[in-house]
Amino acid sequence: MDTFLWGALPYVVFGVLVTGLAWRYRYDQFGWTTRSSESYESRILNIASPMFHYGILFVLLGHLMGLFVPSSWTDALGLDEHAYNLLSLFAGTAAGALAVVGIGMLIYRRRRYAPVFRATTRNDKLMYAVLVAAIVLGLVAKLTHAGIETGYDYRDTIAPWARSLFTLDPKVGLMADAPVAFQVHAVVGMVLFALLPFTRLVHMFSAPVQYLFRPYIVYRSRDPHDLATRPDRRGWERIGQR
Amino acid sequence: MRVMAQIAMVMNLDKCIGCHTCSVTCKQTWTNRQGMEYVWFNNVETRPGLGYPRRWSDQDRWRGGWELTKRGRLKLRQGGRVRKLAEIFANPVLPEIKDYYEPWTYDYKDLTEAPLGDDYPVAQPRSLISGEPMAIEWSANWDDSLGGGPELLGDDPVVRKLRDEVGARVRLDFEQSFMFYLPRICEHCLNPGCVAACPSGAIYKRVEDGIVLVDQDRCRGWRQCVTGCPYKKVYFNHKTGKAEKCTFCYPRVEVGLPTVCSETCVGRLRYLGVMLYDADKVAEAAAVRDDKALYEAQLGIFLDPADPEVRRAAERDGISHEWLEAARRSPVDALIRTYKVALPLHPEFRTLPMVWYIPPLSPVVEAVSASGHDGEAAGNLFGAIDALRIPLEYLAELFTAGDVLPVRAALDKLAAMRSFMRDVNLGRVPDTSVPAAVGMEPEAVEAMYRLLAIAKYEERYVIPTAAVADARSLEESALAEGCSLDYDGGPGMTGPFGDDSGRASLPLVTIENFHAARRRQTADREEDA
Ligand code: SF4
Ligand code: SF4
Repeated sequence: MDTFLWGALPYVVFGVLVTGLAWRYRYDQFGWTTRSSESYESRILNIASPMFHYGILFVLLGHLMGLFVPSSWTDALGLDEHAYNLLSLFAGTAAGALAVVGIGMLIYRRRRYAPVFRATTRNDKLMYAVLVAAIVLGLVAKLTHAGIETGYDYRDTIAPWARSLFTLDPKVGLMADAPVAFQVHAVVGMVLFALLPFTRLVHMFSAPVQYLFRPYIVYRSRDPHDLATRPDRRGWERIGQR
Repeated sequence: MRVMAQIAMVMNLDKCIGCHTCSVTCKQTWTNRQGMEYVWFNNVETRPGLGYPRRWSDQDRWRGGWELTKRGRLKLRQGGRVRKLAEIFANPVLPEIKDYYEPWTYDYKDLTEAPLGDDYPVAQPRSLISGEPMAIEWSANWDDSLGGGPELLGDDPVVRKLRDEVGARVRLDFEQSFMFYLPRICEHCLNPGCVAACPSGAIYKRVEDGIVLVDQDRCRGWRQCVTGCPYKKVYFNHKTGKAEKCTFCYPRVEVGLPTVCSETCVGRLRYLGVMLYDADKVAEAAAVRDDKALYEAQLGIFLDPADPEVRRAAERDGISHEWLEAARRSPVDALIRTYKVALPLHPEFRTLPMVWYIPPLSPVVEAVSASGHDGEAAGNLFGAIDALRIPLEYLAELFTAGDVLPVRAALDKLAAMRSFMRDVNLGRVPDTSVPAAVGMEPEAVEAMYRLLAIAKYEERYVIPTAAVADARSLEESALAEGCSLDYDGGPGMTGPFGDDSGRASLPLVTIENFHAARRRQTADREEDA
């Protein structure tokens, strides 16, 4: 079981993620969108959405730092374990709380406003469930294993395991000994990663950083092969027909 | 000089009767789908009025278009690139659907399935957005023909501006007001705010004809373009989560047909044609300091298609002979550049719009006639144009960022044409001092009259079939293998020595295709085709 969860599952998830993305990129460009509901309701969204997104971006940053920056590096920067623990506890919790409150408001809004609720697909609901579970479980794992003085030092266990995945030599034992709360969080997190390509969350992979560098006005030539209507490509769902 | 061509439109507002045929045919063609219920690529608004979406031209609120930085550089009014990316999670100035209007349908089933009773069954309005029953409080045209009266129309951004800045009160009582219709489509700007605002680079301006399009496959639904466009002519499809906008009916224009709104316009007031412009000067023209200089600046980048130097440069830049010829015959070019009676809509947004308007003289004529004077006498009209300060200033706010002079010049020309042509038509000796007063030759006035009053279909729409070259090759490849030239009895097959005695030199592609197509359509068996 441990071997499956910590040795095989990460690779399966990675495979699903990559092939899923490639497949969707190839066959569902048209469905690749944020599917924003801002035009239905913008008052709450204007507060909640930036809250959630900035929260989750900091959470992501924290994960990258915690998992992929070895403690020896931060030590070298003069950030000892105690200081790191405080940073991770307070900054991490703040970011997590921001994300949770944000998504809480978003979900309330989604349920409360009929147009938004009507535009919510089953796919969205599943996505919300897994996403909320992943965030909440992460916060729970963190807060139940942390104190001001010392906290659970995942940088000696979980982080080396995560890094060992990349050297194709997963240190299954390290993760198997981690507290259950962290294990559950990790599994739900992996499920979320596997779902990414198939939900509206794909929009995160098209974060438009190139906008900072391109000229303002885009010119394009007509494609002589596109003069006539092109045949319908397959998309995620049929549009415009009830 | 880098010559580029643009298909542009001019609308003669005097002739618009506000029938909304253009809006309806456009909607039937392009936006009769789920997710686009609230969208009108073409809409006709009454001025004074709030417009669609409500108060769209108020950029303090909607932050569309460009502004100048202190150092005189162009910047999107919504904010710089970094700021826009930082705000990408929620666009603080995105109009909600309710700012347009909440689309609805009726629960018609009630009419037929209501149980027998004393009350007459009614079809309840239901929102197409939420599916719930709703009260209808606004629509795309709620204030049509000054509907809603003074309270509502006082909110017109131009009326407000005139009141607050110029101190002029626009009369909004029905008896004393002036009124005209303003049909609006996407302006297919030379310096489009929507394109600049799109983080994904999905909106682009076509090199060949300047049409601005949204690549539906590349749009990721960031909805920044909706804000970037000061004319609010990009719409968010709430079903697909993608932006959509007026396409200038590109599939029609490519084959030389006018847009649907032009084709079906009851007033026949739309003109389509090619404008040549210098692409190198676009940024400069959009960044002139003074708002009021923008009209002249944009005029300045247009190129004269008859000028040999321009023609040489155009050929060098890959503009085909057919397009150059079309540009020379372009009615739009004549109205904008030669007669200077057409003006851009809200040039102060700095997007360099390419759908221009001939300002309406009718409010003036009506005012003169209503006061018991001859509404077609040049003297009366010239005087009235000056005296009717408010319509003039209102028009100037719309078309020249508040500069009254160009609007007055355009109206004067229209007035001169009216009175001069009346003399001509009544067989009197026309007074040549009238055209001279507006700086025109009598022949020019007559030519302008022909274009504005009696131009036929082919004169109103001079659209080069740019696509002809590639369309023909595509058409050929789409044909079934082998054409009628390949078998006996087909056209061109009068024997090896007859007529042209060959096949290669017959440039009969289109005709051949027509016959071949008909044969294919009517044949019973494949071999017959
Ligand atoms: S009017 Fe058309 S081209 Fe101009 S900014 Fe708006 S959508 Fe873009
Ligand atoms: S069809 Fe022509 S006349 Fe009628 S509203 Fe449209 S632009 Fe005006």
